[in-house]
Amino acid sequence: MKFLFTLSRMIDALMMVIGRVVIWLTLVVVLISASNAVIRKIFHYSSNGWLEIQWYLFGAIFLLAAGYTFLKNEHVRVDIISQRLSKRTQIIIETIGVLFFMLPACLLLIYLSWPFFMLAFETNEQSSNAGGLVRWPVKLLIPIGFTLLVLAGISHLIKCVGFLTGTGPDPLAPMGGKTAEELLAEEIAAEADLKRQQTLQAGN
Amino acid sequence: MEFLIQNMPPIMFLTLICFLLLGFPVAFSLAANGILYALLGIAFGEFTFPFLQALPDRVFGIVQNDSLLAVPFFTLMGLILERSGMAEDLLETIGQLFGPIRGGLAIAVVFVGAMLAATTGVVSASVISMGLISLPIMLRYGYDRKLATGVIAASGTLSQIIPPSLVLIILADQLGRSIGDMYRGAMIPGFILAGTYILYVVIASLIKPSYAPALPPEARIYRESNGSNGLPSLAVLVVVASVGAWLLGKVFLSEKSAADETIVLNLLLWGVIAFVIAGLNRVLRLKMLSQIAERVVFVMVPPLFLIFLVLGTIFIGVATPTEGGAMGAVGAIIMALIRGRLTMSLLKQAMDTTTKLTSFVVFILVGSTIFTLTFTGFGGQHWVEGLFASLPGGEVGFLIVVSVATFFLAFFLDFFELAFIIVPLLGPVADKMGIDLIWFGVLLAVNMQTSFMHPPFGFALFYLRSVAPKEDYIDRVTGKKVKRVTTGEIYKGSIPFIVIQLCMVAAVMAFPSLVMHYKGTGTGIDPSQVTFDTGASYGTDPYGSDGSGGQGGKGDKSEQGSGDAYDDPANAFK
Repeated sequence: MKFLFTLSRMIDALMMVIGRVVIWLTLVVVLISASNAVIRKIFHYSSNGWLEIQWYLFGAIFLLAAGYTFLKNEHVRVDIISQRLSKRTQIIIETIGVLFFMLPACLLLIYLSWPFFMLAFETNEQSSNAGGLVRWPVKLLIPIGFTLLVLAGISHLIKCVGFLTGTGPDPLAPMGGKTAEELLAEEIAAEADLKRQQTLQAGN
Repeated sequence: MEFLIQNMPPIMFLTLICFLLLGFPVAFSLAANGILYALLGIAFGEFTFPFLQALPDRVFGIVQNDSLLAVPFFTLMGLILERSGMAEDLLETIGQLFGPIRGGLAIAVVFVGAMLAATTGVVSASVISMGLISLPIMLRYGYDRKLATGVIAASGTLSQIIPPSLVLIILADQLGRSIGDMYRGAMIPGFILAGTYILYVVIASLIKPSYAPALPPEARIYRESNGSNGLPSLAVLVVVASVGAWLLGKVFLSEKSAADETIVLNLLLWGVIAFVIAGLNRVLRLKMLSQIAERVVFVMVPPLFLIFLVLGTIFIGVATPTEGGAMGAVGAIIMALIRGRLTMSLLKQAMDTTTKLTSFVVFILVGSTIFTLTFTGFGGQHWVEGLFASLPGGEVGFLIVVSVATFFLAFFLDFFELAFIIVPLLGPVADKMGIDLIWFGVLLAVNMQTSFMHPPFGFALFYLRSVAPKEDYIDRVTGKKVKRVTTGEIYKGSIPFIVIQLCMVAAVMAFPSLVMHYKGTGTGIDPSQVTFDTGASYGTDPYGSDGSGGQGGKGDKSEQGSGDAYDDPANAFK
């Protein structure tokens, strides 16, 4: 069991590292897309390579961040019923969900997408657009993304079993402090306070 | 066994509902359901294994779908904006502007809500700001609590219907239509809705003046030294800027410019002229303008500029919606930098939230794609069509049933789930009936907007609850005790606005021209860019598979036209 917890912690650490890097891809692709539009309008120049890199990065963002998002428990749920169940029942459902929903689906997709990538890799498939990019890196993202999800699922499974056997904490508890909304609310409240005091002083 | 195979679609659908209700992440429940039934299909000899080999192609199709790239862009833009202090400035100033009239604070909330809605696509931003800034003021001066909370929640949800909204992007994508058209179609219903909210506030304050009192004189901050309120000065400025914009607009626009283009350009010119006048007044200390006039101009210009940057460029055709989103995000970052509000931790947090949202949204789509592959493989599409074919009333009957169903489903599904699970099933049916899909999409969008106001799960109510006072408190200005806002008050407050919303659904249904004007304006995007916003998520493949295969790869999506495959029934339902 101790080994498993170590494994789970290692997987989580890996997800965090990947998450920390992937979040910046959004900024990169924002900048590329905006400059593309401006350059096309002003210099009447546009390249398929720069257009394609945008969706390459889009794929990288959502596929590579999937495991990280799962770790942070941000994948949407329909919790209308489950939130009324006991914690223990919820965790049992989680265990079943990971074992029978998530892992089989992800493993199947890895199995199916690997030849899909290999074909592109072996034939060195190129974009059919002039100046486009080589295809295999973006196709490789699919098996990688689902592998990360499998890892995140295994880590979650270990934590669920840990909870059920009474040796671990609640894996569904919100991770690390406040949500983004709470932080935002605090910040706006502080700002509004400051303003109010300034206006009061100005009024006097 | 035969019976089972014959009735696979309804069985599959029921299982899906059970899976979803377990509370496991929707994306994986959808995917597992699709795969389970695909395997059953293979076991029963309905499919062969190569059927599943369409899956990587499907996922790759989603990767290639760069209209979905607009989702992270607009999310990022909204997250940065909500921290830039723009909303706070607007609320404070517009509140002062309208405050002196009865119901003015509530009108200001709707006005600012609509303005913020046109700059961001996310609900949380406006509701939180309004709940923290406007709610205490309204409570202080004795607004009816239900009116105060209702108007805030409702105004916050305007960002779902007024472009650039995430709902519209996803609906456009799922219906295989261009985002630009969807934006054009939703524009008028969105603003009518805001107008109706204001009308409701005005009527409520006429019938029951105590519900929405005016700001007392001592609470009006912007006063001239001679004691006047400075409004004539603002009126003059507005008139001067409008005339100037109209004259300049004539220079820039030709006779046949589209209505939305004209509006966008005139608004921009109006903002620029007003800004120049106010700027000169300030720099040269001319004292031509009253304080409030100057202040209003300075807070209105940044959002107007952003609206131009995003919607303007999309409508005029300079940018695709995706690029519009990117420019909006860059604009928001620049604005936050100028205001000195952009810290590293803020940027990091915004990136983090954006990435997670993108990932979970797209993964629901991945899951629903897997589900739809099997579902249509079993002929689910015919089942859905059959269900609606037996309805009385044809097109109208269909729309009414869909609206009612959406309204009730929205009590426990959020719009991502609705859009990805329900819309792919209904879209082809609507298309077959000859219903315009943009109209259909806007109708769904107005309807789904209510899902943010439904007690008890509506997000807007939830956000409002999180920032509304939970304990009685002593108001700092008046020194009086203000009672806490109860959850019941928030729920009851939302009801009149849900009713307004439903009237709007009926109005859009009864008067399609509210939406259909989008057609008159052309696509607004020149042909060289058409490849860019392929919304054809179900252009070719899903409804083409008839159980025998679906291996026919999707091909390079970016080479299809903009979702036109859908117009050709032979192509979409072969």
